[in-house]
Amino acid sequence: MNFLRGLMLGQYVPAESPVHRLDPRTKLLGTMWLVGVVFGTRSLAGLAVLTAFLAGVLAAGRIGPAYALRGLRPVFWLVGIAVVFQVVFGDSGGHVLFRRGPLVVTRENLAAGVFYGYRLILLVAATTVMTFTTSSVELTDGLERLLRPFRRVGVPAHELALMMTIALRFIPTLFEETETIMKAQMARGAEFTRGSLAARARALIPLLVPLFVGAFRRADALALAMEARGYRGGEHRTRMKELRVAIRDYVAAGALLLVAAVVLVPPSLWRAVVGR
Amino acid sequence: MIRCEGVTHVYQRGSPFEATALEDVSLEIGAGDVIGIIGATGSGKSTLVQHLNGLLRPTAGRVYLDDVDINAREVDRRRVRQQVGLLFQYPEHQLFEETVTADVGFGPRNLGLAPDEVRERTARALAQVGLDPAVFGPRSPFSLSNGEMRRVAIAGLLAMEPRMLILDEPTAGLDPASRREILDHIMRLRNARGLTIVLVSHSMDAVARLCRRVVVLDRGRVVAQGPTRDVFADPARLAALGLGVPQVAECARLLRERGVPVRPDVLTVEEARRAILDVLAGVAGRRPAPKKVP
Repeated sequence: MNFLRGLMLGQYVPAESPVHRLDPRTKLLGTMWLVGVVFGTRSLAGLAVLTAFLAGVLAAGRIGPAYALRGLRPVFWLVGIAVVFQVVFGDSGGHVLFRRGPLVVTRENLAAGVFYGYRLILLVAATTVMTFTTSSVELTDGLERLLRPFRRVGVPAHELALMMTIALRFIPTLFEETETIMKAQMARGAEFTRGSLAARARALIPLLVPLFVGAFRRADALALAMEARGYRGGEHRTRMKELRVAIRDYVAAGALLLVAAVVLVPPSLWRAVVGR
Repeated sequence: MIRCEGVTHVYQRGSPFEATALEDVSLEIGAGDVIGIIGATGSGKSTLVQHLNGLLRPTAGRVYLDDVDINAREVDRRRVRQQVGLLFQYPEHQLFEETVTADVGFGPRNLGLAPDEVRERTARALAQVGLDPAVFGPRSPFSLSNGEMRRVAIAGLLAMEPRMLILDEPTAGLDPASRREILDHIMRLRNARGLTIVLVSHSMDAVARLCRRVVVLDRGRVVAQGPTRDVFADPARLAALGLGVPQVAECARLLRERGVPVRPDVLTVEEARRAILDVLAGVAGRRPAPKKVP
């Protein structure tokens, strides 16, 4: 069932590139930073700058533009709906472009809809770029390291990271298993895509029961395997890959600061600071 | 009868994970055939069998069932799947109902049969795999042993009353007794009902014992196909493909290496016994027979 493969959000693309080599902490914090900047943008010029920046990161990360766009495909629907809502239910008043009964489309609402929609796309694009170039292991490593200072206030950083690693590790496995069970039940005449909503919901039982049974079986096996290897939690564990901040991380941080400055600082202020 | 013509399958086309699983595979499976499909892990065996009942669509090429292209728009794939039963690897993982009877009846219920007919078919299918419907029927499938669960899963397919049964590693992960039992049931079915059987297996012994014809896959291509005896007569080639030969064939090869001229194309223990006796008789014929000790 290829629709499961179509959902690519968070699909790592292994490659050798400066972006891949960045410290995962840089990428995590940088992505959060970028999300903040995208939210703070008030102008089309700002969106253009951010688009250019993300395109640059993609190119540096050796991710083909067509592939990246396909990764965004599931979001386009959401964006479409958001734009329609903005246009139909936005503020009244302004230049009317189109009117039919209760439906009024104004130029202002249309512009705002496109603006917010595009901002949403950029938001997802920013996080997708990170997941394209960072493996889940690196991500959880970075997250664990970033959460470590909060251990003092009771945040179980290592356990959270472990849970995330395990969850991420098993997502593809569960997808695969879903596919196999679906096919096995289809081989026995099951239908998952036909019939009324109620019929389709019922059709999920032969899929969900084996899936849950399988998940528990796997969890058991994993726990046993970890105990057999003497796993005892986060205390005194050394790691195979030590995270280290390199020059390229400072360069990336600099670039991110620059983008934020260009996008967020109003032009008048720029003129006051630089132009003088 | 099933015919594949130039079947090619590419997974995740257009992504960095693109992988060609099958390339230009053509083969024919006649009614009543017992065919083995062998090949190393990742050679495309499972992908191939999923084309035979329309679960996968070929990227290129066609699959015909009785000269009808099963991927044509107007063909009801459900009917194809009723006629061509496909048993997946570890089929016990697909059990879901509260009782064995209900689980085996899942297929017939999907066919829209009357409750009486469903009950009848369920009981028959369970008996065909050697499980007493009165004893096992009311039990939960999750309370059974692995071998029993697997037989319930096979019964679930048999209850659909297919003409053709495709078994993907039906004995993987079972103990020798369960393994033998399942293969015996399959053979009995074939002989009693004239089922066409496709057996995908890593066990060369099982293939040698059951199949008349063998298809060898390597990295998505058919590299050999023909009568079982001919395919297994070339152990060096099979070894190069990451495969072995049946143990008795290996045994015969070793005997020949030591200078005992047994036939090279033995497949079963019985054949090996006869081949060795032939050699011994030959040896005995050349020399004067040893005197009988009174």
